[in-house]
Amino acid sequence: MLHNAWLIPLIPAVSFFLILFFGKRMPKKGCEIGIAALGLAFVLAVVAAAQWIGKAEPREAVHAHHTWFNMGGIDFGFGIHVDGLTVMMLVVVTFISLMVHIYSTGYMHGDRRFTYFFAALSLFTSAMLMLVVADNTLQLMIGWELVGLCSFMLIGHWWEEGVNSGAAIKAFITTRTGDVGLMLGIITLFFAAGRNFDIEHLNHEALTGAIGHGTLLVGACLLFLGVMGKSAQFPLHVWLPDAMAGPTPVSALIHAATMVVAGVYLVARLYGVFFTGFSIQAGGVNFVAIIGAITVLIAAALAFVQDDVKKVLAYSTVSQLGYMIMALGVGAWSAGVFHLFTHAFFKALLFLGSGSLIHSVHSNNMSEMGGLRKKMPTTFWTFIVGSVALAGIFPLAGFWSKDEILLGASKNGYPLMLVVGILGAFMTAAYMTRACYLIFAGEYRGHGHPHESPPSMAWPLRILAVPAALAGLLNAPGIGLFHKWVDFEVPGVPPFLHEHSFNVPLAGASLAVAVLGIGVAAGYYFRNAFPLGLSERVPILKTGERILVHKYYLDDLFLAIVRGIQYPIAKAAYWFNQHVLDGVINGVGKGAQASAQLVYEVIDQRVIDGVVNGAGMSAEEGGSILRHVQSGRVQQYAAVLFGAAAVFAIGLVFLT
Amino acid sequence: MLTVAVFLPIVGAAVLALIPRSREEMIKAAALLITAATTIVGISLLFGFDYSDAGRLQYSANHGWIDVINSRYHIGIDGISLPLLILSMVITLLCVIYSWDHFPEPHNPKAFLILMLVLETGMNGTFAAQDLILFFVFFELVLLPMYFMIGVWGGPNRQYAAIKFFLYTLFGSALMILSFLALYFKGGQTFDIPLLIAQGGTIAHGTQLLIFGGLFMGFAIKVPMFPFHTWLPDAHTEAPTVGSVILAAVLLKLGCYGFIRIAIPILPDAAKSWAPWIGLLAVIGIIYGALGCLAQRDMKRLIAFSSVAHMGFVMLGIATLTSFGINAAVFGMVAHGLITGMLFFIAGSIQERFHTRELARLGGLLLQAPRLGWILGFCAFASLGLPGLAGFWGEFPAILSAYQPAAGLSQLTFRVYMAVAAIGTVFAAGYLLWMLQRVAFGTIKTEFENAHIHDVHIPEYLAWTPLLLGILLFGIFPHLIFHMTDQAVGLVTSSVGAVSSAAGR
Amino acid sequence: MYLNQFLLLAAVIFCIGVYGVLARKNAVLVLMSIELMLNAVNINLIAFGAFRDNVIGQVFALFVITIAAAEVGVGLAIVLLIFRNRADIDLDHMDLMKG
Repeated sequence: MLHNAWLIPLIPAVSFFLILFFGKRMPKKGCEIGIAALGLAFVLAVVAAAQWIGKAEPREAVHAHHTWFNMGGIDFGFGIHVDGLTVMMLVVVTFISLMVHIYSTGYMHGDRRFTYFFAALSLFTSAMLMLVVADNTLQLMIGWELVGLCSFMLIGHWWEEGVNSGAAIKAFITTRTGDVGLMLGIITLFFAAGRNFDIEHLNHEALTGAIGHGTLLVGACLLFLGVMGKSAQFPLHVWLPDAMAGPTPVSALIHAATMVVAGVYLVARLYGVFFTGFSIQAGGVNFVAIIGAITVLIAAALAFVQDDVKKVLAYSTVSQLGYMIMALGVGAWSAGVFHLFTHAFFKALLFLGSGSLIHSVHSNNMSEMGGLRKKMPTTFWTFIVGSVALAGIFPLAGFWSKDEILLGASKNGYPLMLVVGILGAFMTAAYMTRACYLIFAGEYRGHGHPHESPPSMAWPLRILAVPAALAGLLNAPGIGLFHKWVDFEVPGVPPFLHEHSFNVPLAGASLAVAVLGIGVAAGYYFRNAFPLGLSERVPILKTGERILVHKYYLDDLFLAIVRGIQYPIAKAAYWFNQHVLDGVINGVGKGAQASAQLVYEVIDQRVIDGVVNGAGMSAEEGGSILRHVQSGRVQQYAAVLFGAAAVFAIGLVFLT
Repeated sequence: MLTVAVFLPIVGAAVLALIPRSREEMIKAAALLITAATTIVGISLLFGFDYSDAGRLQYSANHGWIDVINSRYHIGIDGISLPLLILSMVITLLCVIYSWDHFPEPHNPKAFLILMLVLETGMNGTFAAQDLILFFVFFELVLLPMYFMIGVWGGPNRQYAAIKFFLYTLFGSALMILSFLALYFKGGQTFDIPLLIAQGGTIAHGTQLLIFGGLFMGFAIKVPMFPFHTWLPDAHTEAPTVGSVILAAVLLKLGCYGFIRIAIPILPDAAKSWAPWIGLLAVIGIIYGALGCLAQRDMKRLIAFSSVAHMGFVMLGIATLTSFGINAAVFGMVAHGLITGMLFFIAGSIQERFHTRELARLGGLLLQAPRLGWILGFCAFASLGLPGLAGFWGEFPAILSAYQPAAGLSQLTFRVYMAVAAIGTVFAAGYLLWMLQRVAFGTIKTEFENAHIHDVHIPEYLAWTPLLLGILLFGIFPHLIFHMTDQAVGLVTSSVGAVSSAAGR
Repeated sequence: MYLNQFLLLAAVIFCIGVYGVLARKNAVLVLMSIELMLNAVNINLIAFGAFRDNVIGQVFALFVITIAAAEVGVGLAIVLLIFRNRADIDLDHMDLMKG
């Protein structure tokens, strides 16, 4: 299967066309094709993973390359490059996508464009898989752009409302702005590597110093611009919260397995270029790490002031992506990739859970939820598992991966990133507690009678809860399989990444911080927000609160912090986001339009056209003067004729 | 064989002239038959073509024609001409199919179809001609039918647009013929293009520059490059749908083709001196065209301005004088022909249904005519250069080539151009999606709530399917075109390379 | 033989003709003046023919007479039509060709 990994992206692509052309005539409107295709792709991906794991160490990446076309003496090819990272992504993407497909049969039931939705989902998955298996940057870019197209189609799925299509356009244009960097970066590296798109070759050239550092830095910066757009890194993250306009399953797919992780994947895939280009070895601080760190904090702070449950999750994704980028930036390659792996499961779970909530409450706003614990038990439990995993509580998935990032930052000489990571862990735990509290605790504040979602939606939640809880154990001390299966190796280059053994004090600290975050947030809501009895609380909140009360009674202090500092900061950050960044983007748009208007009206229509029209006018003016000569009187003409003849005759006489 | 391909349409036009005007169905059928026959000839050319030797002139014919000035009837096609020739044939055929029941006012299909056939001869001939005078004759032959198409069947402001189009191009042609004459006298008393290519390098540098300048004006107006583009929006806006399609799909290519076929290989030395300026105008065109699009309220005018931007990419590719660049340019021409041709078809169909092209008045097309809306979306994405569709392969290699232009050109300058062009792709996404949002998304405007809007019907399907398939096919299998052009382009760039090595010595 | 007298006579007649064409308002008189000019040319042709001892001059004169007859025929017909349509043959009033 490793050699035939190209089948995995091909299957959803075929399914896309089948659904598009025959979906409407199928008994279930085409969703069965999509589910069958994804199921098959998932099985194949698992087979590939098993084969990869079964390979004798050291595992060597599998290559297959075919010429696509020749131009200018260069072979533009397509091919596959399958190694641990690829296999991991294949499994994650197909699995999440399969879950989303199944879930969507319930969530999108009765939608006007049900068939079309499934077609787009298939294409989305296919594009992402194609990106993942690509062995050259050109093919990677093609998958990358197709992912962008599909996100446009899906975010704008309900395009009747201008807001949705606007969000789709914003997402596409923002990521495409980043793609300018990607395109130029790919071009720069293409020439730097001796007119070659091959990724492994690029990594090799970069790591062995065959490419000059200056060129490499430029190339890496340009590529990173693309990553910032696609993976929603500060300051190009503005599109992601707006992208919540799409149906919730799409958000799950975008946030967990496709689209936004494409950027992280790109960095991980071309790590040789980034590692050398940004001198990650040196420690201290670098562009990738700092962007990641800023994103972690900014986005986490924003998550506090959202009422829309999907926006909380969206900002949380941005923040977690910041973690991944920061991990890659500090040289903790496997930590970043591992976090991508675990995050995919619990974030998909959370989004699908929020979709389940929205489906039954008919509102995105947490202010219209509350008290849903009893009414939607499955959703509640799975959501809590996801939240706890995200918050990084032992022994769920997020704990292990986040801990590795902190470990990498501390051991590789990035103290600032370590601080940011710990702070981020605290904030993550706190805002997720807030969200869970608002959704599940207290009494129902909305309208109607919320009820548990149908099985087609509940089962994916249950299934996803398992890896969300357990995936982290793959890298737990004593097991440590993930490291062995997925690592970054370039043939001909000695290993340059350091693995660090599990560090108990650091892990303890990160866990403590997370628990503290939960406790503080729980305490805050207990004291002020809703005067409800302790017994009606969620148990986990109760536990957190008890820890808080008995051991670190910092309630008042924290209230002051929350009210006095954090809240305004978050507000300010949101204001900055909405007004300055969005303002800049809108302003650029408006400015472009205004200048376009100016250029068009003044230069194009007046100056350039003026010259052209002027030439025509002068010809016309001349004509209107000359027309007086033509009086229509034959005798006058004859007189002129004779006069002229006489003049010529005289001339002839004089000249000869 | 090639002669048949070139002259069959004009013979057909003569036949059409004999059919009485009242027998419309027969006229249409005859026109369809003739264009279909021409296309079949074209396809057989395609199959008989020797791709392993695509740089050589094939199907060539060379007979005495005007002996006094040593101008010969010399035609032939190589890998650069072939795709464009086929494009011209296919587009004309599809236009005939489309116009089956879309004749603009004043009806008169006989005259319209005759003009179209004459036009086709002009276009095919231009792509096949290997003699400057012959080239010029065909190049000008295109003008008149188009003038009448715009002037008679056009929109409300048609007279102005037609005259503007005619005068603009004629002005360019005047300078072009001067340059041709200069080439004749400086290049060994011949108008034969292959002979001139062999001898052109010997002309003194200063003279080359001047001659190239004349050619540049002639071709750049036809392309059109900024700042000679102002005829284009007017002509496109006023022309009937089919006229716009042919104008965008084929006529604009004549100028670029002239650069690749005549200006650069004959005068490689001057091409090098001019290239940075051509590149500059090209990237200005990219940004300027995009800005122009953003300011439009009329759909057709927007598409017309987008042509300026797309042709900027083509010209940027040409200006790099590299194999990548010129291959991309030829691909870009074909892709633009398919995509923009399609967009104009759609704009025409929308106007026919809603009787307006004003973006502010349109909306919710996907609700009223979902298939039409889908096709519009597909073409918009193709036009903004989505990989997997044809537009990408015209754009990306052109940008790629600007990273490393031909030896002797300033790398820094062209890298700046590259960055600007890449930013242009964002603008392209901006205006196309903006248009898509205005036209296709949203709810139905109250104005058209009760209007009976029919979806795509048979002649439209017939005319559009080949284009849509082409867009997809060339996007997935770009070698379909690159394997034709690559060798021929290699010859063009080798002439440039020869100069640089000579200069090096 | 003296050529001068003939040429002088022809010149005088031609000038009278020119005057008539340019100055008279009556279309019939203009036509007659054109006849005068043509005949002046005839005199020239015959005089030169006799002077050079050559028949070509006379042949040309015959041609001119024939053409003149036709011309007068057409001219008179036009004048007649104009008169029928407008009841007026004053050339000053004929400015249909005005641009």
